[in-house]
Amino acid sequence: MDTIFAVSSGQPPAAIALLRVSGPGAVAAAEALAGELPPPRRAGLRALRDPADGGLLDRALLLWFPAPHTATGEDLVELHLHGGRAVVRAVEACLARQPRLRPAEAGEFTRRALANGRLDLSEAEGLGDLLMAETEAQRRAALATAEGAVRRQVEGWQDRLLMLAAHVEAMLDHADEEDVADDFGALENIRSGCEALGAELAEVLAAPPVERLRDGIRVVLAGPPNSGKSTLLNALADREAAIVSPIAGTTRDRIEAPVVRNGIAWVLTDTAGLAENTDDPIERIGIARAEEAMQRADLLLWLADDPAPEIEGVQVLALHPRADLPGRGAVPSDRIGLSVAQGWGIVELWSEMERMARGLLPREDMLALNRRQQDLLHDAACALADAAAHHDPLLIAEELRRARAAFDRVTGRADVEGVLDALFGRFCIGK
Amino acid sequence: MSPFDVIVVGGGHAGTEAAAAAARRGARTALLSFDLAKLGAMSCNPAIGGLGKGHIVREVDAFDGLIARAADRAAIHYRMLNRSKGAAVQGPRVQADRVRYAAAIQAMLRGQPGLTLIEGEAEQLLVQQGSVAGLLLADGTRLSARAVVLATGTFLGGRIFRGEDREEGGRVGERAATVMGVQLRDLGLPMARLKTGTPPRLDGRTIDWAALDEQPSDAEPWTMSAMQSGRVLPQLFCAVSRTTEATHAIIRSGLDRSPLFSGAIGAPGPRYCPSIEDKVHRFGDRDGHQIFLEPEGLDTPLVYPNGISTSLPVDVQEAMVRSIPGLSRTRIVTPGYAVEYDYVDPRSLNPRLALGAMPGLFCAGQINGTTGYEEAAGQGLVAGANAAAFACDLAPLLLDRASSYIGVMVDDLVLQGVSEPYRMLTARAEYRLTLRADNAPTRLSARAEEAGLLGPERLAWVRARAAARIGLEQRFDTRLSASMVAANGGQVSQDGAVRSVREWLRFPGVALEQLLPEGLEDVPAALLAEAVEDARYAPYTERQQAELAEMRANDHIRLPEDFGYSAVPGLSAEMVQRLSTARPTTLGAASRVRGVTPAALAAVLVHARKVVA
Repeated sequence: MDTIFAVSSGQPPAAIALLRVSGPGAVAAAEALAGELPPPRRAGLRALRDPADGGLLDRALLLWFPAPHTATGEDLVELHLHGGRAVVRAVEACLARQPRLRPAEAGEFTRRALANGRLDLSEAEGLGDLLMAETEAQRRAALATAEGAVRRQVEGWQDRLLMLAAHVEAMLDHADEEDVADDFGALENIRSGCEALGAELAEVLAAPPVERLRDGIRVVLAGPPNSGKSTLLNALADREAAIVSPIAGTTRDRIEAPVVRNGIAWVLTDTAGLAENTDDPIERIGIARAEEAMQRADLLLWLADDPAPEIEGVQVLALHPRADLPGRGAVPSDRIGLSVAQGWGIVELWSEMERMARGLLPREDMLALNRRQQDLLHDAACALADAAAHHDPLLIAEELRRARAAFDRVTGRADVEGVLDALFGRFCIGK
Repeated sequence: MSPFDVIVVGGGHAGTEAAAAAARRGARTALLSFDLAKLGAMSCNPAIGGLGKGHIVREVDAFDGLIARAADRAAIHYRMLNRSKGAAVQGPRVQADRVRYAAAIQAMLRGQPGLTLIEGEAEQLLVQQGSVAGLLLADGTRLSARAVVLATGTFLGGRIFRGEDREEGGRVGERAATVMGVQLRDLGLPMARLKTGTPPRLDGRTIDWAALDEQPSDAEPWTMSAMQSGRVLPQLFCAVSRTTEATHAIIRSGLDRSPLFSGAIGAPGPRYCPSIEDKVHRFGDRDGHQIFLEPEGLDTPLVYPNGISTSLPVDVQEAMVRSIPGLSRTRIVTPGYAVEYDYVDPRSLNPRLALGAMPGLFCAGQINGTTGYEEAAGQGLVAGANAAAFACDLAPLLLDRASSYIGVMVDDLVLQGVSEPYRMLTARAEYRLTLRADNAPTRLSARAEEAGLLGPERLAWVRARAAARIGLEQRFDTRLSASMVAANGGQVSQDGAVRSVREWLRFPGVALEQLLPEGLEDVPAALLAEAVEDARYAPYTERQQAELAEMRANDHIRLPEDFGYSAVPGLSAEMVQRLSTARPTTLGAASRVRGVTPAALAAVLVHARKVVA
């Protein structure tokens, strides 16, 4: 198997660059560059030299961890280099010349950790999110996932599901045993158990997905041409992200500006003005894209004086822009008055946006599920709801099998043996 | 040397089915047994079928096997379990007269062309260049054959426990095949021990039947085999009693003398068929356990008390039996006992039930860690058909999980191995809605015909049935309006919709006679019931199709039997160990090995493509 390496600390230049080497050849490669290594799990300062000519590459802090109790499950070396581009490039070039060493592909460290059983699927996903986390709330949610919060919660649900399945299976396979209740009441208990578990799942699923934490809340600015959308975007982003001019239709396409404020990530999108009639084909495309962006928004900032559109799943803040202009001084009571030129209303807008963000982001004490986990648990919740609606135990069992399969795909574990364990542990079965 | 293609060792349910299947495929077959008079003996309870098990019996019957036909000829009590539930979990079960059952099996074997019955003891496997070449018998006879099927039951390293008594051997009064056991151990096969037990046999003339609840045989004339119509023998009733607090006190007082609790038996026994001492110990809060008193035959007073399997000392067994209502004066004819025996880890087998370690050697039945006549018969069919294929260069008989309970069982065995004696349960089948006991011929007849396993009589029946089914499906295409259904008494809302008979059948308030009141008189009732059930569950079975397609797609990605898992990049030592032990033959099978992660599977797939390319 190849040994892989990559900078794990973000792109240089930086004060320090952490370069990780993982695989069967990691220790030999480190010895080739650094000579004798410090004891495992102890940091040591070493001069790194090019094995070809003995030239000094860097003086670096070096640590190594023997397999299997490492992040990847393999021998793992960490080189804390000085973070200049040239230093990092020179060390990488030397490593690449070592036998069976190559640069890691994207996600390869995590994939090896998964393959070596150091992580389960949900933990690996949490780790991916953690590495991408830029805000404090993101970090905390990702950390909870990486530490197995999703797995523990799913396993808790799964235990209940297995117990329900065991009851139905007992009814189907062991109906002639007197220990197994096989009557209307027993079936009702199972059905209400399915309903309760399904409802609990549905409640968690109704919570906002973790993607908004990671990628940012999507805010779309929309309104007629020349209503000040780009000006507002620049004011919110606190930089010249969009070109601003008095000419209507300056913004032809969507412009995105990521912003982090008070620990919340936002993606602000400026759109082409929604002109009623235009012959300009490029402007028409811009408008179509603006409408598409509105559909996909979490929050719409509406800058037109007309009533704001109602779009399912999109929250709307209606604004009253250019409030400093003559004749626009009266701000309607349901709108936030703004004047970027005068600096009016920006703070108020931010605080309103942040108030709305609380409903759009998962609460910190809540389980943060990503889209894949949500979809699978949604399948499970549907199957449980269907199970609760059936009266034929055979079909209840079939729906519970569906639910079990969905659960198993969240954590990557599957077994009918789990049901049998629950069944034989609970019932005295056998003539 | 006598020339055979296939030799089957053991004349129990696996061995007889294996021998008959190999011979049906045209292989020159020998069936070797210690005692030909005991071919087809029912060693434990006198019943065939049940939930999951009845499914297997019907499947073996669809391949023109023996077990269902013998069961019908010997049946003295019919009972369809789960009758109130969907057909998928209905389990046909019969009590069979032991003597008549064995006689029926023996008659069929003697009538089977190409099959030679040999009485003797297998001494040693003959091996040439690492492959099976034949068998040496204890009397010095050498039999040559390219394939040997081991169906030796509990005779391998068998040890009987009854209280403080020990005895080497398999069933009562027979010799244990320990010589063969030693040779198999020498082959380096992974082997372990399991335990099973049996209750005391009672003298029915000393039971107070009048004091007990009766359970009559079913009135409906259903049969185990599709080739049988109606009842052959007079039907008896069973009776039901239960243990009491006094029984439990007697059992508890004897626990220290039970080999199960003294530590003498270490091997795991079946969870679904625990001994009575286990039940009393583990479920101490229950005030009684049910006992079914099952007559063993028409000409014998012996009664099998189903539910009190035990290895307690004889004096405790007697006291226990006499504490049970209706049995206060009952005499024990043969006391119960436990057997500990060797089995071969079935993960060393492939889906043809052939041992990877020695080409030509097949295993079926209890030797693979299973329990039950039906499980044994199903494996016998697979091993026999594939031994014939191996010896005569025919196509193998491979059954997947979507095809049959037999396929589920073989897949479970060769991929997961066993941790207790393996018994079929409908819970094990993910495609349970399609794998019904009543549609086994529809599912399997084509496979059986392809493999050349059907005799002429069965073949004629299969063809007639297929034609009738096509005609029936055309009738089910008939389109009816809501008002037409209502006019015939169907409870439907008048939504003006026009639906096919098939669609109407999904409505709870609609019966077939309200849809097709006439013209179905000539269709066999079983076929009609099957078609109605198909229509009823169609929405659910259709939903399974995607899942099934995915399974079959993954099962088309073949993994070589000598696939080197340790060479797969990124595979942990644990995954390498699990996969190397199970040696899955396809990617689909690898995905079913317990504990194998999706990531490991992806790594295996990538590597498999590289190796093949």
